[in-house]
Amino acid sequence: MTDDTITQELERLATVAPEAILDGALDAVGLLADEFTLVDGPIGAAYVSWSSKGVTAFVPQTIVASPQDFAAMHPRPATYVDAPPPRLANHLDRALETGKLGKLPVDLDSLGEFQRKVLEKCAEIPPGEIRPYGWIAAEIGNPGATRAVGTALGRNPIPILIPCHRVVRSDGTIGKYAWGSEMKRELLRSEGLDPKAIEATAHRGTRVVGTETTGIYCYPTCRHAKRSFTRYRVEFRSAAEAEGEGYRACKVCRPAA
Amino acid sequence: MTTITGEDLNHRLVESLDDAFPDLVRMFQDGIYSGALQLTRNPHDAQDVTQDTFVRVYRALTRYDTSRIRGLELRPWVWTIALNLCRNRARSRSRKPEVGGVDLDRPASDPDPGAIVADRANLEQWRLRLSRLSEPHRNAVVLHHVVGLPHAEIAEITGRNESTTRSDLRRGLAELRVIIEEEPS
Repeated sequence: MTDDTITQELERLATVAPEAILDGALDAVGLLADEFTLVDGPIGAAYVSWSSKGVTAFVPQTIVASPQDFAAMHPRPATYVDAPPPRLANHLDRALETGKLGKLPVDLDSLGEFQRKVLEKCAEIPPGEIRPYGWIAAEIGNPGATRAVGTALGRNPIPILIPCHRVVRSDGTIGKYAWGSEMKRELLRSEGLDPKAIEATAHRGTRVVGTETTGIYCYPTCRHAKRSFTRYRVEFRSAAEAEGEGYRACKVCRPAA
Repeated sequence: MTTITGEDLNHRLVESLDDAFPDLVRMFQDGIYSGALQLTRNPHDAQDVTQDTFVRVYRALTRYDTSRIRGLELRPWVWTIALNLCRNRARSRSRKPEVGGVDLDRPASDPDPGAIVADRANLEQWRLRLSRLSEPHRNAVVLHHVVGLPHAEIAEITGRNESTTRSDLRRGLAELRVIIEEEPS
């Protein structure tokens, strides 16, 4: 082979880069546009957006009216599409139907570690039940961080799907919500809870309830507490009071305070 | 696609890094991927290295101030990052050299499987030939003849001077000729 043939053959090795490189690089630096669409949520239509990794935001249409407004407030570039991709569609429908994330992937990569832990813990709270802020703090191993938990939930990018509306003040009152307390109450009502009754119980000073027949105490909305008969129910002002009377904490709702 | 010249791109990167960055990727990705195919072990590594190059380029640009970005010779600068990554990748793999690194998990939409297999075999044969050159000779040959970079840029990228680069290239080609002659026909 002559030098000329060699250089010609070398030149022919020049090729075209696979398409995946551009998207991969844009994704890695956070420039790959999210897609978003409009879906039916528990309290009306809402915009939902997703990245290659999972859902990135959820905003009711009562908060953000038009796709243009959504794109403008979204922290990353976002393109409107007609429907979620098949890999998400079923899980998303199911999550909205059941009030549980289930297999729906969420992309919390842009958040700090603490906030991610708070939101992941929050997602474990089942529909129709509530937990105090201090419960999340204790569960993630930062029992003193109740206030920081409140801040982290207040900046939840995927409300409703990650149910921060199910986290209430440690004194039992419903507390604040990023989109106003009334929407929080409405969401809880849509899950069969009665915010007025919850606050009435809290005003009586009740924080946990025990069941005489089992000797177990729970948060009042824990599915195990709701299952027990009223005539066997005992109300306690604190977990310590329940422990003092020989009750043990429920292993499902793990009441911390 | 509109033609973009290097200078325009510098200007646009200063104006808005996020808007101009996709064009920077489009401008250099074919060259880097083509070179990386010969300087790494297989197409999979070449793709990783190319993508990683742009991620590093982006992160560096976010740290650079305006005047530094304006003064950048983009192509040799991007290639300096790419060549480093190729080198690291080749080193981390050197304990288990692989000959048949042909990567078959490609999308099913490849137009002509026969032609692609032939291409791959040719690619593999050249990678093997080039792997027998010393690193400076291989770099010079690939960057000049496969990627099409001028001597001066290669000198800048490899940190050798221009006359050394020319002799690397001459010797690399001479060695390749011998390697090819010695191949069983």
